[in-house]
Amino acid sequence: MSVKCCVCEADVNVAEDAMVGELITCTDCGTELEVISTSPVTLQEAPEVQEDWGE
Amino acid sequence: MLHIFYSRLRIEEKTLFKAAESMGVNVDFRDVGDFVWPSDFSAVNGGVALCRLISQTQNIALTQLLESKGVRVINPSETVLLCGDKIATAAALDVAGVPQPDWRIAASPDSAVKAAESLGYPVVFKPAAGSWGRLLAKVDSRESCEAIAEHKAQMGPAHSIYYIQKYVEKSGFDIRAVMIGGKTVTLMKRCSEHWITNTARGGSPEPYPMDDELQNLLEWTASVIGGDFLAVDVFKTPEGYVINEVNGQPEFHGSMAATGIDVGRLMIEYAVKLCDSIK
Repeated sequence: MSVKCCVCEADVNVAEDAMVGELITCTDCGTELEVISTSPVTLQEAPEVQEDWGE
Repeated sequence: MLHIFYSRLRIEEKTLFKAAESMGVNVDFRDVGDFVWPSDFSAVNGGVALCRLISQTQNIALTQLLESKGVRVINPSETVLLCGDKIATAAALDVAGVPQPDWRIAASPDSAVKAAESLGYPVVFKPAAGSWGRLLAKVDSRESCEAIAEHKAQMGPAHSIYYIQKYVEKSGFDIRAVMIGGKTVTLMKRCSEHWITNTARGGSPEPYPMDDELQNLLEWTASVIGGDFLAVDVFKTPEGYVINEVNGQPEFHGSMAATGIDVGRLMIEYAVKLCDSIK
Protein backbone atom coordinates (compact mmCIF):
# COMPACT_ATOMS: atom_id res chain seq x y z
CA MET A 1 0.00 0.00 0.00
CA SER A 2 1.05 3.61 -0.42
CA VAL A 3 1.10 6.18 2.36
CA LYS A 4 2.20 9.82 2.32
CA CYS A 5 5.56 10.62 3.86
CA CYS A 6 4.89 12.87 6.85
CA VAL A 7 7.93 14.97 5.96
CA CYS A 8 7.85 15.48 2.18
CA GLU A 9 4.42 14.03 1.28
CA ALA A 10 5.89 11.70 -1.31
CA ASP A 11 4.23 8.30 -1.68
CA VAL A 12 5.91 5.70 0.52
CA ASN A 13 5.34 2.01 -0.17
CA VAL A 14 4.43 0.09 2.96
CA ALA A 15 4.32 -3.72 2.85
CA GLU A 16 0.99 -5.41 3.49
CA ASP A 17 2.53 -7.26 6.44
CA ALA A 18 3.98 -4.11 8.01
CA MET A 19 4.17 -4.19 11.79
CA VAL A 20 4.00 -1.45 14.41
CA GLY A 21 7.50 -0.21 15.11
CA GLU A 22 8.83 -1.13 11.67
CA LEU A 23 11.24 1.34 10.10
CA ILE A 24 10.82 2.48 6.50
CA THR A 25 12.93 4.95 4.55
CA CYS A 26 11.25 7.48 2.29
CA THR A 27 12.96 7.08 -1.07
CA ASP A 28 12.25 10.72 -1.95
CA CYS A 29 13.57 12.63 1.06
CA GLY A 30 15.52 9.87 2.81
CA THR A 31 13.76 10.35 6.13
CA GLU A 32 13.56 7.26 8.31
CA LEU A 33 9.93 6.67 9.20
CA GLU A 34 8.34 4.48 11.84
CA VAL A 35 5.04 2.66 11.48
CA ILE A 36 3.03 3.71 14.53
CA SER A 37 -0.27 2.15 13.48
CA THR A 38 -1.33 -0.49 10.96
CA SER A 39 -5.05 0.25 10.75
CA PRO A 40 -4.91 2.68 9.24
CA VAL A 41 -1.21 2.71 8.40
CA THR A 42 0.30 5.79 9.98
CA LEU A 43 3.90 6.92 9.79
CA GLN A 44 5.90 9.35 11.86
CA GLU A 45 9.54 10.39 11.82
CA ALA A 46 11.68 7.76 13.53
CA PRO A 47 13.73 8.90 16.51
CA GLU A 48 17.23 10.22 15.91
CA VAL A 49 19.95 7.58 16.01
CA GLN A 50 21.64 7.55 19.41
CA GLU A 51 25.33 7.16 20.07
CA ASP A 52 24.99 3.66 21.55
CA TRP A 53 22.66 2.24 18.90
CA GLY A 54 23.87 -0.55 16.72
CA GLU A 55 24.96 -4.12 16.60
CA MET B 1 9.42 -20.48 26.19
CA LEU B 2 11.26 -18.37 23.65
CA HIS B 3 11.24 -14.61 24.09
CA ILE B 4 12.35 -11.97 21.60
CA PHE B 5 12.70 -8.52 23.13
CA TYR B 6 13.39 -5.49 20.99
CA SER B 7 13.10 -1.71 21.06
CA ARG B 8 13.21 -0.84 17.33
CA LEU B 9 11.70 -3.17 14.78
CA ARG B 10 14.57 -3.46 12.31
CA ILE B 11 14.49 -5.86 9.36
CA GLU B 12 16.29 -8.35 11.60
CA GLU B 13 13.67 -8.41 14.36
CA LYS B 14 10.86 -8.74 11.84
CA THR B 15 12.76 -11.54 10.09
CA LEU B 16 13.13 -13.40 13.39
CA PHE B 17 9.42 -12.99 14.12
CA LYS B 18 8.39 -14.16 10.66
CA ALA B 19 10.71 -17.15 10.90
CA ALA B 20 9.24 -18.18 14.26
CA GLU B 21 5.73 -17.69 12.93
CA SER B 22 6.37 -19.78 9.81
CA MET B 23 7.93 -22.55 11.91
CA GLY B 24 4.97 -22.60 14.31
CA VAL B 25 7.20 -21.58 17.23
CA ASN B 26 5.36 -19.95 20.11
CA VAL B 27 7.30 -16.80 20.86
CA ASP B 28 6.85 -13.92 23.28
CA PHE B 29 7.74 -11.13 20.81
CA ARG B 30 7.65 -7.72 22.44
CA ASP B 31 8.72 -4.12 22.07
CA VAL B 32 10.22 -3.35 25.48
CA GLY B 33 11.68 0.04 24.61
CA ASP B 34 9.81 1.57 27.55
CA PHE B 35 10.28 -1.37 29.92
CA VAL B 36 9.93 -1.29 33.68
CA TRP B 37 11.74 -3.98 35.62
CA PRO B 38 10.46 -6.24 37.10
CA SER B 39 6.77 -5.65 36.40
CA ASP B 40 6.97 -5.97 32.60
CA PHE B 41 8.72 -9.33 32.93
CA SER B 42 6.73 -10.89 35.77
CA ALA B 43 5.56 -13.67 33.44
CA VAL B 44 9.11 -14.47 32.32
CA ASN B 45 10.42 -17.46 34.18
CA GLY B 46 13.47 -19.14 32.70
CA GLY B 47 13.54 -20.12 29.05
CA VAL B 48 15.56 -18.47 26.31
CA ALA B 49 15.51 -14.82 25.25
CA LEU B 50 16.88 -13.16 22.17
CA CYS B 51 17.67 -9.70 23.53
CA ARG B 52 17.65 -7.28 20.59
CA LEU B 53 17.37 -3.79 22.04
CA ILE B 54 19.00 -1.34 19.66
CA SER B 55 20.61 0.64 22.47
CA GLN B 56 23.65 -1.32 23.58
CA THR B 57 23.41 0.23 27.04
CA GLN B 58 19.82 -0.90 27.46
CA ASN B 59 20.52 -4.28 25.89
CA ILE B 60 23.29 -5.05 28.37
CA ALA B 61 21.10 -3.97 31.30
CA LEU B 62 18.14 -6.11 30.23
CA THR B 63 20.40 -9.07 29.49
CA GLN B 64 21.85 -8.95 32.99
CA LEU B 65 18.41 -8.53 34.57
CA LEU B 66 17.00 -11.49 32.65
CA GLU B 67 19.98 -13.62 33.60
CA SER B 68 19.27 -12.79 37.25
CA LYS B 69 15.90 -14.53 36.75
CA GLY B 70 17.53 -17.59 35.23
CA VAL B 71 16.81 -16.74 31.61
CA ARG B 72 19.37 -18.00 29.09
CA VAL B 73 19.96 -14.96 26.94
CA ILE B 74 21.29 -14.91 23.39
CA ASN B 75 23.92 -13.55 23.72
CA PRO B 76 24.99 -13.99 27.35
CA SER B 77 26.00 -10.79 29.13
CA GLU B 78 29.71 -11.58 29.14
CA THR B 79 29.67 -11.78 25.33
CA VAL B 80 27.55 -8.63 24.98
CA LEU B 81 29.92 -6.74 27.27
CA LEU B 82 32.98 -8.03 25.46
CA CYS B 83 31.66 -7.18 22.01
CA GLY B 84 30.24 -3.83 23.13
CA ASP B 85 33.68 -2.61 24.09
CA LYS B 86 36.25 -2.64 21.28
CA ILE B 87 39.08 -2.32 23.77
CA ALA B 88 37.89 -5.39 25.67
CA THR B 89 37.49 -7.27 22.39
CA ALA B 90 40.99 -6.33 21.22
CA ALA B 91 42.47 -7.35 24.58
CA ALA B 92 40.69 -10.72 24.57
CA LEU B 93 41.81 -11.46 21.01
CA ASP B 94 45.33 -10.31 21.86
CA VAL B 95 45.62 -12.64 24.85
CA ALA B 96 44.49 -15.54 22.67
CA GLY B 97 46.88 -14.58 19.88
CA VAL B 98 44.14 -14.05 17.29
CA PRO B 99 45.54 -11.86 14.49
CA GLN B 100 44.12 -8.33 14.33
CA PRO B 101 45.35 -4.96 13.07
CA ASP B 102 47.98 -3.48 15.39
CA TRP B 103 46.38 -1.23 18.01
CA ARG B 104 47.11 1.10 20.88
CA ILE B 105 45.13 2.54 23.78
CA ALA B 106 45.85 6.01 25.10
CA ALA B 107 44.35 8.06 27.93
CA SER B 108 45.02 11.65 26.88
CA PRO B 109 45.29 13.70 23.68
CA ASP B 110 49.09 13.85 23.99
CA SER B 111 49.46 10.13 24.59
CA ALA B 112 47.04 9.45 21.72
CA VAL B 113 49.38 11.28 19.35
CA LYS B 114 52.35 9.33 20.70
CA ALA B 115 50.42 6.09 20.29
CA ALA B 116 49.44 6.94 16.72
CA GLU B 117 53.03 7.81 15.83
CA SER B 118 54.23 4.52 17.28
CA LEU B 119 51.85 2.73 14.87
CA GLY B 120 52.71 4.96 11.91
CA TYR B 121 50.15 6.78 9.80
CA PRO B 122 47.53 6.23 8.61
CA VAL B 123 45.68 5.14 11.72
CA VAL B 124 41.99 4.94 12.62
CA PHE B 125 40.54 6.43 15.79
CA LYS B 126 37.53 4.42 16.93
CA PRO B 127 35.18 5.00 19.81
CA ALA B 128 35.49 2.15 22.30
CA ALA B 129 31.74 1.66 22.02
CA GLY B 130 30.05 2.34 18.72
CA SER B 131 28.54 0.82 15.66
CA TRP B 132 27.58 1.38 12.03
CA GLY B 133 30.90 3.10 11.33
CA ARG B 134 29.99 6.11 13.46
CA LEU B 135 32.69 8.46 14.67
CA LEU B 136 35.53 6.63 12.96
CA ALA B 137 38.37 8.93 11.96
CA LYS B 138 41.12 7.97 9.54
CA VAL B 139 44.17 10.04 10.38
CA ASP B 140 47.02 10.52 7.91
CA SER B 141 49.28 13.03 9.60
CA ARG B 142 50.45 14.36 12.96
CA GLU B 143 48.52 17.59 12.40
CA SER B 144 45.25 15.74 11.83
CA CYS B 145 45.99 13.46 14.75
CA GLU B 146 46.46 16.36 17.15
CA ALA B 147 43.16 17.88 15.99
CA ILE B 148 41.17 14.64 16.28
CA ALA B 149 42.63 13.86 19.70
CA GLU B 150 41.79 17.34 20.96
CA HIS B 151 38.26 17.19 19.56
CA LYS B 152 37.63 13.80 21.16
CA ALA B 153 38.74 15.22 24.50
CA GLN B 154 35.73 17.54 24.33
CA MET B 155 33.24 14.78 23.55
CA GLY B 156 32.60 13.51 27.05
CA PRO B 157 33.78 10.65 29.23
CA ALA B 158 32.96 7.90 26.71
CA HIS B 159 35.65 9.37 24.44
CA SER B 160 38.27 9.92 27.12
CA ILE B 161 39.93 6.64 26.27
CA TYR B 162 41.48 6.46 22.81
CA TYR B 163 41.35 3.26 20.79
CA ILE B 164 43.66 3.61 17.83
CA GLN B 165 44.01 0.97 15.16
CA LYS B 166 46.57 0.74 12.40
CA TYR B 167 44.83 1.45 9.10
CA VAL B 168 44.59 -1.61 6.88
CA GLU B 169 44.53 -1.35 3.10
CA LYS B 170 41.73 -3.74 2.27
CA SER B 171 41.36 -3.46 -1.50
CA GLY B 172 37.86 -2.01 -1.38
CA PHE B 173 36.15 -4.62 0.76
CA ASP B 174 35.98 -6.25 4.13
CA ILE B 175 34.47 -9.61 5.01
CA ARG B 176 31.49 -10.22 7.28
CA ALA B 177 30.78 -13.65 8.75
CA VAL B 178 27.57 -14.33 10.65
CA MET B 179 28.10 -17.17 13.11
CA ILE B 180 25.58 -19.21 15.08
CA GLY B 181 26.80 -21.57 17.78
CA GLY B 182 30.42 -21.09 16.73
CA LYS B 183 29.82 -22.00 13.08
CA THR B 184 29.70 -19.67 10.10
CA VAL B 185 26.28 -19.56 8.47
CA THR B 186 26.86 -16.72 6.00
CA LEU B 187 29.95 -15.15 4.53
CA MET B 188 29.97 -12.01 2.43
CA LYS B 189 32.20 -9.17 1.45
CA ARG B 190 31.13 -5.56 1.74
CA CYS B 191 32.44 -3.46 -1.10
CA SER B 192 32.82 0.29 -1.14
CA GLU B 193 34.97 2.97 -2.66
CA HIS B 194 34.92 4.59 0.78
CA TRP B 195 37.35 3.23 3.38
CA ILE B 196 34.36 2.57 5.67
CA THR B 197 32.63 -0.47 4.18
CA ASN B 198 29.73 -1.00 6.63
CA THR B 199 26.47 -1.71 4.84
CA ALA B 200 24.96 0.90 7.19
CA ARG B 201 27.24 3.35 5.37
CA GLY B 202 26.48 2.17 1.87
CA GLY B 203 28.81 -0.80 1.42
CA SER B 204 27.30 -3.26 -1.05
CA PRO B 205 27.12 -6.92 0.03
CA GLU B 206 28.32 -9.79 -2.16
CA PRO B 207 28.95 -13.47 -1.35
CA TYR B 208 32.51 -14.42 -0.37
CA PRO B 209 33.98 -17.92 -0.65
CA MET B 210 35.13 -19.70 2.50
CA ASP B 211 38.66 -21.11 2.71
CA ASP B 212 40.42 -23.14 5.39
CA GLU B 213 42.45 -20.25 6.78
CA LEU B 214 39.38 -18.07 7.18
CA GLN B 215 37.25 -20.85 8.62
CA ASN B 216 39.86 -21.67 11.24
CA LEU B 217 40.29 -18.02 12.15
CA LEU B 218 36.54 -17.46 12.50
CA GLU B 219 36.03 -20.52 14.68
CA TRP B 220 39.04 -19.54 16.80
CA THR B 221 37.60 -16.04 17.23
CA ALA B 222 34.18 -17.37 18.19
CA SER B 223 35.75 -19.65 20.78
CA VAL B 224 37.52 -16.66 22.33
CA ILE B 225 34.49 -14.34 22.34
CA GLY B 226 31.91 -16.96 23.30
CA GLY B 227 28.20 -16.45 22.88
CA ASP B 228 25.74 -17.85 20.38
CA PHE B 229 25.20 -15.27 17.68
CA LEU B 230 28.09 -13.20 16.34
CA ALA B 231 28.98 -11.09 13.33
CA VAL B 232 32.72 -11.09 12.75
CA ASP B 233 34.35 -8.47 10.54
CA VAL B 234 37.57 -9.50 8.84
CA PHE B 235 40.19 -7.78 6.70
CA LYS B 236 42.16 -9.65 4.06
CA THR B 237 45.76 -8.47 4.05
CA PRO B 238 48.81 -9.67 2.09
CA GLU B 239 49.95 -11.40 5.30
CA GLY B 240 46.62 -13.16 5.82
CA TYR B 241 43.25 -12.53 7.40
CA VAL B 242 42.92 -10.33 10.50
CA ILE B 243 39.92 -9.77 12.76
CA ASN B 244 38.69 -6.19 12.75
CA GLU B 245 35.68 -6.33 15.07
CA VAL B 246 33.18 -8.73 16.58
CA ASN B 247 29.53 -7.69 16.92
CA GLY B 248 27.42 -9.20 19.65
CA GLN B 249 24.00 -8.29 18.33
CA PRO B 250 24.31 -8.95 14.59
CA GLU B 251 22.37 -7.18 11.91
CA PHE B 252 22.11 -9.67 9.09
CA HIS B 253 19.82 -8.36 6.36
CA GLY B 254 22.84 -7.64 4.14
CA SER B 255 24.17 -11.15 4.73
CA MET B 256 20.79 -12.64 3.78
CA ALA B 257 20.61 -10.48 0.65
CA ALA B 258 24.12 -11.48 -0.42
CA THR B 259 23.82 -15.21 0.23
CA GLY B 260 20.11 -16.05 0.09
CA ILE B 261 20.49 -17.89 3.40
CA ASP B 262 17.65 -17.44 5.89
CA VAL B 263 19.63 -16.39 8.95
CA GLY B 264 16.42 -15.68 10.86
CA ARG B 265 15.23 -19.26 10.49
CA LEU B 266 18.64 -20.67 11.46
CA MET B 267 18.68 -18.47 14.54
CA ILE B 268 15.19 -19.54 15.61
CA GLU B 269 16.11 -23.21 15.05
CA TYR B 270 19.16 -22.72 17.26
CA ALA B 271 17.14 -20.93 19.95
CA VAL B 272 14.47 -23.66 19.97
CA LYS B 273 17.16 -26.33 20.42
CA LEU B 274 18.60 -24.31 23.27
CA CYS B 275 15.14 -24.07 24.84
CA ASP B 276 14.72 -27.83 24.57
CA SER B 277 18.16 -28.50 26.05
CA ILE B 278 17.51 -26.50 29.23
CA LYS B 279 14.02 -27.79 29.99
